[in-house]
Amino acid sequence: MKSGAKILFESLAKEGVETIFGYPGGSVLPIYDELYDSDVRHILVRHEQAAVHAADGYARASGKVGVCLATSGPGACNLVTGIATAYMDSAPVVAITGQVPTTLLGRDAFQESDITGITLPVTKHNYLVPRTEELGRIIHEAFYIAGSGRQGPVLIDIPKDVTTGTAEYNAESDSLVSLRGYQPTLQGHPRMIEKAMNRIARAERPLIYAGGGVISSGGSEELVQFAEQWHIPVTTTLMGLGAIPCDHELCLGMLGMHGTECANYAVTECDLLIAVGVRFDDRVTGKVEAFAPNADVIHIDIDPAEIGKNKRVDIPIVGDVRIALRQMLQENESRTSPRQWNERVAQWKEEFPANYPDDGKLRPQFIVKELSDLLNGRGIIVTEVGQNQMWAAQHFCFRRPRQWISSGGLGTMGYGFPAAIGAAVACPDEPVIDIAGDGSFQMNIQELATVAQYNIPVKVVILNNQFLGMVRQWQELFYERRYSFTELPPVDFVRVAEAYGVPGIRVDAPEDVRAALETALNTDGPFVLDFHIEREENVMPMVPAGAAINEMILGERK
Amino acid sequence: MRPHTLSILVENKPGVLSRVAGLFTRRGYNIESLAVGTCEEPDMSRITVVSIGDDEAIEQIKKQLNKLIEVIKVSDLTYSDHVAREIALIKVHAEAGSTRAEVMQLADNFRARIVDVGKKTVILEVTGDTSKINALEDLLRQYGIKELVRTGKIAMPRGSKMISPKYR
Repeated sequence: MKSGAKILFESLAKEGVETIFGYPGGSVLPIYDELYDSDVRHILVRHEQAAVHAADGYARASGKVGVCLATSGPGACNLVTGIATAYMDSAPVVAITGQVPTTLLGRDAFQESDITGITLPVTKHNYLVPRTEELGRIIHEAFYIAGSGRQGPVLIDIPKDVTTGTAEYNAESDSLVSLRGYQPTLQGHPRMIEKAMNRIARAERPLIYAGGGVISSGGSEELVQFAEQWHIPVTTTLMGLGAIPCDHELCLGMLGMHGTECANYAVTECDLLIAVGVRFDDRVTGKVEAFAPNADVIHIDIDPAEIGKNKRVDIPIVGDVRIALRQMLQENESRTSPRQWNERVAQWKEEFPANYPDDGKLRPQFIVKELSDLLNGRGIIVTEVGQNQMWAAQHFCFRRPRQWISSGGLGTMGYGFPAAIGAAVACPDEPVIDIAGDGSFQMNIQELATVAQYNIPVKVVILNNQFLGMVRQWQELFYERRYSFTELPPVDFVRVAEAYGVPGIRVDAPEDVRAALETALNTDGPFVLDFHIEREENVMPMVPAGAAINEMILGERK
Repeated sequence: MRPHTLSILVENKPGVLSRVAGLFTRRGYNIESLAVGTCEEPDMSRITVVSIGDDEAIEQIKKQLNKLIEVIKVSDLTYSDHVAREIALIKVHAEAGSTRAEVMQLADNFRARIVDVGKKTVILEVTGDTSKINALEDLLRQYGIKELVRTGKIAMPRGSKMISPKYR
């Protein structure tokens, strides 16, 4: 017989968990007591929200399931935003929460909250463990569900008496998962694959629209191979950045609200849209009736519910993106010369590059570009949310999958810094940069204590405009410059960082950017760079809400 | 837009009903009728839901339901030949010597049973499809319906077609 706490760590070990991110509290005392002697590495964050974002960043950087741990009540509630973030972006996370003892459940006990009820709509699945006997099986089920099919967060709520109680646990037999209501379809239907290939063979203006599913399925190589074999240009979503190298001749960059002109024109004019691991999000489609209006749509996704959810699909392929692409690569059809279309697309690409004014002012796009040149394919870029995120997406050259980590679906400010901690723990040999705004950074700024304590080498690049920049941009464009509560008073981030024991530099001039970036990258451990950028810089191009994606507001050209 | 009858086979575990009902609310679908009970397998339950929507919306509901880990099978009975029933208990004002005879005659016509007789009221138990119960309710209204309770619809396909998985 073993205690529940012991079973917990034995089953985590069986799942290959090396690191967890957490914060102690009353209901998890037995778990933390067991952790004291455990081989698992525990990173103590300074707010539970950071624990779940870090687990999420760990998962996205490594492809493994990320794990976080929090106590009952407020601890569990503080996880909610991070769980919802992981859910929207299909990141595999297992969140473990303590709960009041089963004898007190439902009595409004101290630090009791119905966290399974609260997280019901934002988890792939969740559990309230009723008995110690069921703990081992539930943990293995949770890891299986989180990491398979369309991945996502799973929460396990463990009452205190379940961790102190005892039961038998056998890692071999208890980890055999069998769920009759959950059997993801991995193989694409052969008839649909054949139909798709026939349609592709006679397409005149085909376009691949690739998303996060390509990254999470590990299908980037297959995607690039497929695109090359058929000479089909590729645009990616925000979540799909890195699925094809940005400097690949077939890569058109990101599409959608802040997508490239080239990508948005290509979508509008294509006659066949091959949607791969995407969900036709409103930030991608704009006015959905005007999205790829002349195209037949092939949609490959592991989640059948995404097929036809937002856009009518002509040829659905339910399956794992990587497996389906492999099936498609086996078909030996050939396509009539695509030259005309590819030339047209290449012309747009050349004519409308990502641009920004070059006038001696410190522009955020320039900083991102310098960073991109300096890293030259290395590194993992994590972002906060808002203008910083879009500038990073537009101007950094992503060359491989899992190089880009950002809160796409939920758009969670404060995500980047803790997610960068997770990424840095998962990939200790890669430089990890959090591209931040001064607003977002302050949402989880307390994690400076965490990076200082463990010497986690996250480099924070603050694009500081003393505004909640994206909201300000909308106020400028659509609310007559009425800057309602979007201006932020200046903060001396260098001194804040120093107070936590983290070095920092403030930068005001473009000519100092490269040296500052080099200093940060060459310093062991964390670093904060506070770039005071042009305050009212906008993210361009921009598709106004509700407009068709070829109706862009354009920025100044060079 | 038309009512669809969905038969949902689920694991008999705590919280399953919240997951199913919550999904309807969250995605903006209405539940017209809901019936839950045990079924032929002791560790499963069957939920019968009637929801109004066009075929596309219902297709999305079915897919979303299928994503729930504890949902084993979703069957849409709308377009297949099936038997559907619900039960209503209707307490009607019916005093002896006044309207009681008429009410009892009406009950007889609808094959409703009188399951309780009070001084001023009777309770009718009627079984049938939705329209039959609606019709009786309509007719009884003139006598004064004091209370009415309906079970929600349950349904089963006719013949050898099954709503349970094949592997059973």
